[in-house]
Amino acid sequence: MPRTIAKDFRIEWLQILDEHGNCDQSLRPALTDQQIKKLYEELVFARTFDEKAFKLQREGRLGTYASILGQEAAQVASAFALEPGDWMFPSFREPGASFVRGLPPRMILQYWAGDERGSNIPEGQNDFPITIPVGTQIPIGAGAAWGAKLRGDKIAVLVYLGDGATSKGDFHEGLNLAGVFSLPVVFFCQNNQWAISVPLTRQTAAQTLAQKAIAYGFPGIQVDGNDAFAVYKATHEALARARAGGGPTFIEAVTYRIGDHTTADDASRYRSKETVEQWKKKDPIDRLIRYMISQGLWDEAYGQQTAANARARVEAAVEELQAIAPPQPKDMFRFIFQEMTEELREQMETLLNGNGRSH
Amino acid sequence: MAKLTVVEAINQALKQAMASDDRVLVLGEDVGKNGGVFRATQGLLDLFGENRVVDTPLSESAIIGASIGLAVYGLRPIAELQFEGFAFGAMEQLVTHASRIRNRSRGRYQCPLVVRIPYGGGIHAPEHHSESNEAYFVHTPGLKVVVPSTPCEAKGLLLAAIRDPDPVIFMEPKKIYRSLREEVPEEEYTIPLGQARVVMEGSNVTLIAWGAMLHVALEGARLMADRGVSCEVLDLRTLSPLDTDAIIESVKKTNRAVIVHEAQRSCGVAAEIAARINEKALLDLEAPVERVTGFDVVMPLPKLEQRFLPDARRVADAIDRVMSA
Repeated sequence: MPRTIAKDFRIEWLQILDEHGNCDQSLRPALTDQQIKKLYEELVFARTFDEKAFKLQREGRLGTYASILGQEAAQVASAFALEPGDWMFPSFREPGASFVRGLPPRMILQYWAGDERGSNIPEGQNDFPITIPVGTQIPIGAGAAWGAKLRGDKIAVLVYLGDGATSKGDFHEGLNLAGVFSLPVVFFCQNNQWAISVPLTRQTAAQTLAQKAIAYGFPGIQVDGNDAFAVYKATHEALARARAGGGPTFIEAVTYRIGDHTTADDASRYRSKETVEQWKKKDPIDRLIRYMISQGLWDEAYGQQTAANARARVEAAVEELQAIAPPQPKDMFRFIFQEMTEELREQMETLLNGNGRSH
Repeated sequence: MAKLTVVEAINQALKQAMASDDRVLVLGEDVGKNGGVFRATQGLLDLFGENRVVDTPLSESAIIGASIGLAVYGLRPIAELQFEGFAFGAMEQLVTHASRIRNRSRGRYQCPLVVRIPYGGGIHAPEHHSESNEAYFVHTPGLKVVVPSTPCEAKGLLLAAIRDPDPVIFMEPKKIYRSLREEVPEEEYTIPLGQARVVMEGSNVTLIAWGAMLHVALEGARLMADRGVSCEVLDLRTLSPLDTDAIIESVKKTNRAVIVHEAQRSCGVAAEIAARINEKALLDLEAPVERVTGFDVVMPLPKLEQRFLPDARRVADAIDRVMSA
């Protein structure tokens, strides 16, 4: 009996807008001029916020911050494809997505400044707070999608993760479960090539991350993560399929972490400047500007106005942050259970009455 | 009233909770067609269908992770982890998310999730099938931990756990799943979480236990009754939150305490109980608080498990010590 091929798989690569701003019009997503401008403005805002957050950390006003420099298109354009009723589960490097969803920028600053109230997602915005343990949000996002499916809600769930998360058990467990129950969820991986100092080659021997989806029985696609159009189109299609009952999708957005892992990291210890410079040439905002110029959607005045608007919005967020009264010690105790236990009440009173120090 | 075992009472509670609240669903390994390896979910699939009684992949972290997502979305998942030894695979989800999402989100999200875990020794099972890991959960802020000791208790506590707005670890002592049978009220009823019960009144020493060890404590009390020692026996029912008032009230009456648990000794729940007695009733004590527990060793395989587990003899010896101090 001859040896034959049991199954044959291929992984699609999608790029619509190349690094020079050339656009494949046959693939371009159906965005109006106004939507393209809005997308551009969100990208600029995300970058402006990021620069400011970095400075605030250096000034000692934020404890830590995880920069998104270079990854703006991956997170902004993907979140741009969400509907208001959809749910979104971030990791810790998606402030751009959270802003598209409507999160007040002050809250991200508040969180990194060390105040839990920054995770008190406003009612009506179906987003999970920032998740620090890598990949643990993946099965939870699948569970929310399961809830939607059981309830008959025609919504989808978007779960963000990084390339490091694909090495975690929860990646396997979450994607596997989502595939088995054909859940309305899209797993969006910002493959920024680095998990702190560990490169992608130490996360996987696979040629793509996208191909991992094949093993879970649903589509995986690799997109140019610095191409806002490709990111938007792939995510839009995947979310639509999920809402229509077509099950999960895994999207690998190939991008690059231009900055350090966080403000507590120094990437010059483990990677070359040359590679970083190469990736800077693939900047997601520059290429969108080139495209918009070619379409008559961008001129210097509009560019300056957009930048000024973004700066003003960021400054307003910083002012809001400064105006907030500090959290109260009793807040530590208030949300452990719906009703505070007697033991917790006693411990809280010990703290508030100052007795804790005298023991 | 029917006479039910613990596992039958749990089964009845699950059926009633699912019938009266369509947000409730049961998920886990082998909980569907097979009705659970201990048959706790037997018959549920036929009654409620495969959307609400779900055989999951063999995937503890996904079972709990997905349950958190379901709970946050507004459903009332009851997850079964097949044996306590496999709960560690789900520990990260329980500790980093289930227990904290209310706090992290400052009350925006809650996680009304029940995790049923068959636990404890005495059933001649393989490694990782006979252990008592309740202290890990008790040490985690934001989790409630409940351990029933009889069929009536199991039903009322489970129904309370299912209605609770916070995550509840419901630990089911395997040893007594089928070893006792009692009349259990047919209707739905709840037993409030966080309240201990006095099982036997007495005046000389307070025995504190939960789950299967309650019955060992009672046996020890009976041995000592023959020798004229009057034991008050307290079933804690809930290990988090602990009913400190009930413990202190009893100790102030008897002036002596012996705490019995299967789990390893160091940093076991008995250590916390002894500390609370110290803080609130030290001057009432006639003797140091005694602990009768497992040892700080790996839970042995069946050939030696009876030597690891506390028995009535060891309980009686401890009572002897506090009486003669």
